[in-house]
Amino acid sequence: MAQRITIDPITRIEGHLRIDVDVDGGRVKKAWSSGQMWRGVELILLGRDPRDAWAITQRICGVCTTVHAIASVRAVENALQMEVPLNAQYIRNLIILAHAVHDHIVHFYHLSALDWVDVTSALKADPDATARLAESLSSWHGNGKFEMRAVKERLAGFVSGGQLGIFTNGYWGHPAMKLPPEVNLLAVAHYLQALDIQRRANKIVSILGSKTPHIQNVAVGGVSNAISTDSQSALGVERLMAIKGYIDELADFVKNVYLVDVAAVGAFYADWTKYGAGVTNYLAVPDIPLDTKGTQFALPGGYIENRSLDSFKPIKTFSDEFWVKGVAESAKHSWYEGSAALHPYKGETKPQYTDFKDDGKYSWLKSPTFYGKPAQVGPLARVLCMLAAGHEPTKKYATAALDTVSALAKTKVGLDAMHSTIGRHAARAVSCAVQVDMLADQWNLLVANIAKGDVKTYNKPTFPKGEITGQGYHEAPRGALSHWVVIEDGKIKNYQCVVPSTWNACPRNEKDEAGPYEASLVDNPVADPEKPLEVLRTVHSFDPCIACAIHLTDTENGSAITVQAK
Amino acid sequence: MPSPCRPSEATAAVSVGSAAAPVASRPRRVVVLGIGNTILCDEGVGVHAALALRERHALPDGVEVIDGGTAGMELLDALAGIDLLVVLDAVKARRSPGTLVRLVGAEVPVFFRSKLSPHQVSICDVLASLEFSGHAPRDLVLVGVQPESLELGLELTPTVARSVPALVQAAVRELAARGVQLLARDAALAVA
Repeated sequence: MAQRITIDPITRIEGHLRIDVDVDGGRVKKAWSSGQMWRGVELILLGRDPRDAWAITQRICGVCTTVHAIASVRAVENALQMEVPLNAQYIRNLIILAHAVHDHIVHFYHLSALDWVDVTSALKADPDATARLAESLSSWHGNGKFEMRAVKERLAGFVSGGQLGIFTNGYWGHPAMKLPPEVNLLAVAHYLQALDIQRRANKIVSILGSKTPHIQNVAVGGVSNAISTDSQSALGVERLMAIKGYIDELADFVKNVYLVDVAAVGAFYADWTKYGAGVTNYLAVPDIPLDTKGTQFALPGGYIENRSLDSFKPIKTFSDEFWVKGVAESAKHSWYEGSAALHPYKGETKPQYTDFKDDGKYSWLKSPTFYGKPAQVGPLARVLCMLAAGHEPTKKYATAALDTVSALAKTKVGLDAMHSTIGRHAARAVSCAVQVDMLADQWNLLVANIAKGDVKTYNKPTFPKGEITGQGYHEAPRGALSHWVVIEDGKIKNYQCVVPSTWNACPRNEKDEAGPYEASLVDNPVADPEKPLEVLRTVHSFDPCIACAIHLTDTENGSAITVQAK
Repeated sequence: MPSPCRPSEATAAVSVGSAAAPVASRPRRVVVLGIGNTILCDEGVGVHAALALRERHALPDGVEVIDGGTAGMELLDALAGIDLLVVLDAVKARRSPGTLVRLVGAEVPVFFRSKLSPHQVSICDVLASLEFSGHAPRDLVLVGVQPESLELGLELTPTVARSVPALVQAAVRELAARGVQLLARDAALAVA
């Protein structure tokens, strides 16, 4: 007889996600992923000026502010078939990449490490042995014994002061925790260093975006940054040099700490390469445009079916029909009217709440498909697509990560291990390394272009009479994000956002096929139904952020998180 | 790593109105942080109030007003190592809509851990991370307003909109009680 476990809400994420699993014999047999709040941002946009949509959509979510701004202006530019000045592309690219690097570092160290790292175990570590281990893995300057001693001391003070309570939902001493004390201490040390270093990425976004967390500088047709080498208020030499300094510091940390730590944690949790594959159709959109029209990209994207890299089909341009025609969303198991899979231009947002029905409607998220199939999006999809496209930097870092894991685990770990819960963490680190290098590349391109005398950052949009449609995609930190807009006489007639967490956290589709979260949970072990750490590991590996997939409503009732084991 | 965000059973003590006791030294770095989702009507009242405060007052050196929206870890940089954090937010305190609510010190993280705030998760992660890294704000106060509607919409309800000036004044009083004087812009111009 299966036991039902309900985790509501899943914490350490934005938004409100409920996961239900049926557990039998210590394994998950069936899973349901449910977005518990309704999104209606599309309705707010109807009748508005398309040039304002980006500022409104970036309010959907506090974690992904910049990504909605970018996708929105791209959608309107696509509808107008506009070109975007090179400088504007480079400045947007720098913001996109800095945001991604920030997101990936914070996700690993601050939002998901607790699933794998037992902070209390770190108190048993020998700091000198920790330093020796760390120095054997990388040349990072923050790995010395004095550093490790200081971190242990701080942690001890923190715990004895009774402050460990801030780490709620840390499953201390859980049987699924496997890291030796020294590795736990190392992770705590790097957690603290990551807190400091992630601020550099944020500074890049705020210098270029004029403001953070909500950037102010994008516009339909380009960016509003003025470029001048001799004005204090414009983007000039001083600010560009500051950005370069931050990029260099970030690159050092990502390559010498983050990538190494993920490989080390992965080696100790090699069993987690067997769990969590789930949906192995992968979708990633290309990004980091290198021309004004959006036909060349630094970061390739496309579609892989059933984990076969040979099946890779690239998405080539901002207007690629293979992409535009492939996307549909079903509401069969969602609290909206209708069940047929509709293209986003035809998408509807008419709520129809029914309560949680295991075999009926059970989520505020719709269920997107690519050519009728569920697809996983995110760093794993991105890395696999880049590998399939023959992207050399990705090959380099993926090989480096897998070699480190193999050396530490003393067994050959290949690419196949990436289709897993721990593989998603590894892929995120590989992606981050690729993106931090790309950050430097984009900086060089921007500086070289300005040096040529080009200071153009904006083309003015003009809206025609009649109806036009456009879509803007963006490979956001959590994966493929797309905004779809129908404009009539210069006003928004329909607007749909198909967000990464909808692809991943969706309920079953019109053919009753499970979405990526749901499929990835099946066969996960669960040692203790009261403490379903393993379920959280797999869900957190996707970097769930569903504030944009759904919306907040009532919070007065239900004051506690519930882990219900029935 | 820290997840202090399990909604707690504890309900934050809610007091209405009164200003803080004065402290000896004037805080050097101060952030007034408006948070909330501006596309959910009154949910965004903290942001509206923060922007109104910035519009109507000249800010002395060291005082920053931030529109935090629903941001989380992106706020770490702005909040690290500051002396005083004044948070403006919508608070579901079971009061009549538009009522002002005030929380101080340790009540604030408890508030974000409970579900009194509709967007508690991210801010309490930020505060916990700052606590652990030794960069938590020295002093913390939250002034908020009981919302009426959290439906989709860009405008505040008339009731809550009417309470924005009072919320701004409450924030100004909190700052003044700690030795940080804001000058209303009209007055600032007159002096200049």
